Amino acid sequence: MVVRFPEDQRPPAWKIAFFQYVIVSTFVALLIGYWRLQIAEHRYYQQQAERNRIRDLPVIAPRGRILDREGRVLVDNFPAFSVLLLREDLPKLTPDRIRGIAQGLEIDPGDIQQLLDKTAQLPKFQPVMLKPDATPADIAYVESHRVEYPELELLQVEQRFYLKHEFAASLLGYVGEVSEDMIAKSGDRYRPGDVAGKSGIEREYNDVLSGRDGMRRVVVNSRGQEMGSMTTINALPGNDLRLTIDFNLQMAAETALGDRSGAVVAIDPNTGEVLALASHPSFDPNDFAHHINRKEWSQLNTDPERPLLDKAIQAHLAPGSVFKIVTATAGLETGTITPSFTIICPGYVTLYGHTFHDWIWKKHRGHGSVDLHRAIVESCDTYFYTLGKMLGIDKLAYFANHLGLGSRTGIDLPAEDPGLVPTPAWVQKVFKHKWYAGETISVAIGQGAVAVTPVQLAYMIGGVAQGGVFHRPHLVFRDELEALGQDPPGGRLVKFPLSPETVAAVTSGMWGVVNEGGGTGAGARIAGLAVAGKTGTAQVVSVALKNSAHNADYKNNAWFVGYAPASNPQIVVTALVMHGGESSVASPVAGAVIKAFFAEKQSGQTPASHWQTQASLAPVVGGHLEPQSAKSVEGPR
Amino acid sequence: MILTVALILAVVGVLEIYSTTVHSPLAGEYKRQIAWVVVGLATLLVVSQLDYHILLDHSTGLYILGLLGLLALLVGGHAIGGARRWVRIAGFTFQVSEIVKLIIIVWVASYFADKRTKAVSWRDLAVLGTMVGLPAALVALEPDLGTALTFLPIVAAGVFLAGVRFRQIAALALLGALMVPVGWHFLRPYQRQRLMTFVHPAKNVQGSGYQVAQSKIAIGSGGFWGKGIGKGTQSRLGFIPVSHADFIFAAFAEEQGFVGTFLVVLLYFVLLVRLLDGAQLAGDRAGIFLVVGLTAVLFFQVCVNIGMMIGLLPITGIPLPLMSQGGSSVLFTFAGLGLVMSVRMKRLVNL
Repeated sequence: MVVRFPEDQRPPAWKIAFFQYVIVSTFVALLIGYWRLQIAEHRYYQQQAERNRIRDLPVIAPRGRILDREGRVLVDNFPAFSVLLLREDLPKLTPDRIRGIAQGLEIDPGDIQQLLDKTAQLPKFQPVMLKPDATPADIAYVESHRVEYPELELLQVEQRFYLKHEFAASLLGYVGEVSEDMIAKSGDRYRPGDVAGKSGIEREYNDVLSGRDGMRRVVVNSRGQEMGSMTTINALPGNDLRLTIDFNLQMAAETALGDRSGAVVAIDPNTGEVLALASHPSFDPNDFAHHINRKEWSQLNTDPERPLLDKAIQAHLAPGSVFKIVTATAGLETGTITPSFTIICPGYVTLYGHTFHDWIWKKHRGHGSVDLHRAIVESCDTYFYTLGKMLGIDKLAYFANHLGLGSRTGIDLPAEDPGLVPTPAWVQKVFKHKWYAGETISVAIGQGAVAVTPVQLAYMIGGVAQGGVFHRPHLVFRDELEALGQDPPGGRLVKFPLSPETVAAVTSGMWGVVNEGGGTGAGARIAGLAVAGKTGTAQVVSVALKNSAHNADYKNNAWFVGYAPASNPQIVVTALVMHGGESSVASPVAGAVIKAFFAEKQSGQTPASHWQTQASLAPVVGGHLEPQSAKSVEGPR
Repeated sequence: MILTVALILAVVGVLEIYSTTVHSPLAGEYKRQIAWVVVGLATLLVVSQLDYHILLDHSTGLYILGLLGLLALLVGGHAIGGARRWVRIAGFTFQVSEIVKLIIIVWVASYFADKRTKAVSWRDLAVLGTMVGLPAALVALEPDLGTALTFLPIVAAGVFLAGVRFRQIAALALLGALMVPVGWHFLRPYQRQRLMTFVHPAKNVQGSGYQVAQSKIAIGSGGFWGKGIGKGTQSRLGFIPVSHADFIFAAFAEEQGFVGTFLVVLLYFVLLVRLLDGAQLAGDRAGIFLVVGLTAVLFFQVCVNIGMMIGLLPITGIPLPLMSQGGSSVLFTFAGLGLVMSVRMKRLVNL
């Protein structure tokens, strides 16, 4: 029997019903909320979940090594660590934490913030390179602060290593973090913190040398621990690059230059292969492979000797008397003179109402009676003043341009200087005045506004010695580039045929420069080898290098461009000794390189080959062989 | 019916605990949960056979005992994660506030049982406020704001049922509004942050908003059908915090999708509605208040827990009854359900 308690004690039934309505409406509201997330916005949250658990870790592709022509390693890599910054928990990176990380890794907190800003567009699961070159202390710091700073991660990388430090540095170049500009241009290839070539070979052949970084997409939990990997894209290592450079010859060039400021370029004129390319002072590219700090950078940039300048291709200097080869060639080719054209040199000449002194005037005398041969041998200014006036600037400029001056040789290095061959049109455009006739006279002996680079002079002399065949200087073998799927730079050679008579006259003059009495290039003489060449003393420092000359100890730049053997050149060498004073300081430098070249050849594959070629020299230069010189050539036999 | 629904929910909870912890250091947790469910079931059976009037008769004694327990806890309780909420009994840690919750239900029921008036007086409100506010404050000090808040619906439902005037509701609302700044002052920094996150969810997506953001991702990514048992990446990779305990419903929604969500919400609905039916059938006034008190607590917990997963309510450490891992919660819920069943059974008994 049910016994009910009195009805007045019972709370009204509507109140229970009210509770039920509350429950129903609340639950419906909750279900609507879940409907929105799970059905309406499902796609969005699904993507979020995917991103949540994946992380892309780069697999760094080792950069290709750089070898010399014999396969000797010049640039290699060694394993090192980089510090990555994981960006999944970005808002957790408060200024305080950034400061902490910056302090621990000894970097500027501003740099971290900048890096984060730069990479704000990247997916959150892609980490960024915080410090490409982790020191042992950094590694220890990251390892010991895993709990405190889980956003730091170590990544094994291949650090660039320049085995010989300053050796061939300006040629090889250096690598560094890619610039924003490069990132923008590269499509998706580069990301902040990636390494790319910044100068020299490293930059020119960056595409060959740099591999393609791989990627490991890993599943991680909320603490960043790897739970497995989803996909792996293997890294494609960069290609090794074999240079035409000969290690021994490069060493000889740098040794010969010593601690003097200047450059040496050695080229095989038959092919254009660059055998040595030295520039001093230089720098240690390893300093760049590490993160170079602002102080070191500005030091390198403000050094008056400009160590970052590759003087072999970037020095913009007056060629001085080396230019007389152009003047002589122009005179002969245009028929203005013949080799027998003779003047009497009293030590000066008055042209256009202005007296032009010969360099020999310092000794208060002249060269006396000189024909073309003697004029080249003794570097008689008066002869070429006269010839310059006879030719006029237009013909001089025409030949200078066609013999390879005034424009880039096309050597496969970045930022080659084109040099300058002045013309009336150029003067009008730049200085807004008419060409002064006297300027032609200066140009004829390689002064005035005319400017060249060491590589240009080697190119020019080599081409003239080859009878007008100019092989584009290059540092990488063309067929090897093609094998790597690269387009070799166009223009293998330029032909500007010179008559054999012209070549014979000019080369015999250059042979005399080195081997005859009164020759200005005796310093390059090598017993038993027919070395030819031309000296030069540049009195005017060009604008580009004006700042580099200390006013106090300002001296002329000394040039020597030589080749050997004279009849069938296998090597042409430009030596530039800046502030060297007399041109005689440059010829021994070139001589040393030429000597080293043939010494190596002799001990190498084809012994004595150059001795044989030398025998054919006599018919070519026969008319000018003087008994004394001939003896010195034939002596060793 | 109540027992069946409760058991289904408990089993779903155990399965989800298994799924979310099987590859983690907590892999054995589901076995402990099964043990607790069994213990809870046994408790339910025992309690349902008891005459609930015995509890009502000793409500004051129980109340004092509970208060002393909470005080003792603050002095020498077992701290886990910086909070003193647990006592250790025979190797098991037990959350005192869960028993106190039951005691409060009993005490409030016995308080209203003796009231014959149509409406509660101001004095009643003051007494209730003090008597429930005291243990709530002690629990809040542990600190366990979530559980302290669960005391509120017990009183609210009781007062509503007993009859309350609009004047009184307005006065209480005013008092509550005045208490907000004072209460804010007493909140711990993390509690304040949770509240702020609730007000401005986008402001702190990876900070304290991280939990909500991650549980929303889990739920949303579950879609209609869900990812399947053991395939919830969010929970298994640890993106959802305590995915076996307070956040179990996010893990469940990720793996079972909207279908699962709907079914579980439906089960809770059936359970709560059935409990209220019990209130209609109660043999006396005290029985009604007992049932309504328990229903109010369970309803509150289900709503807050399920609602906070999707950012509808601020995050508070409130477990989902029957499903969340946790012995105390399971035991309390089953004991409470036992009480309700006792009320149902005793309705036929002539006193």
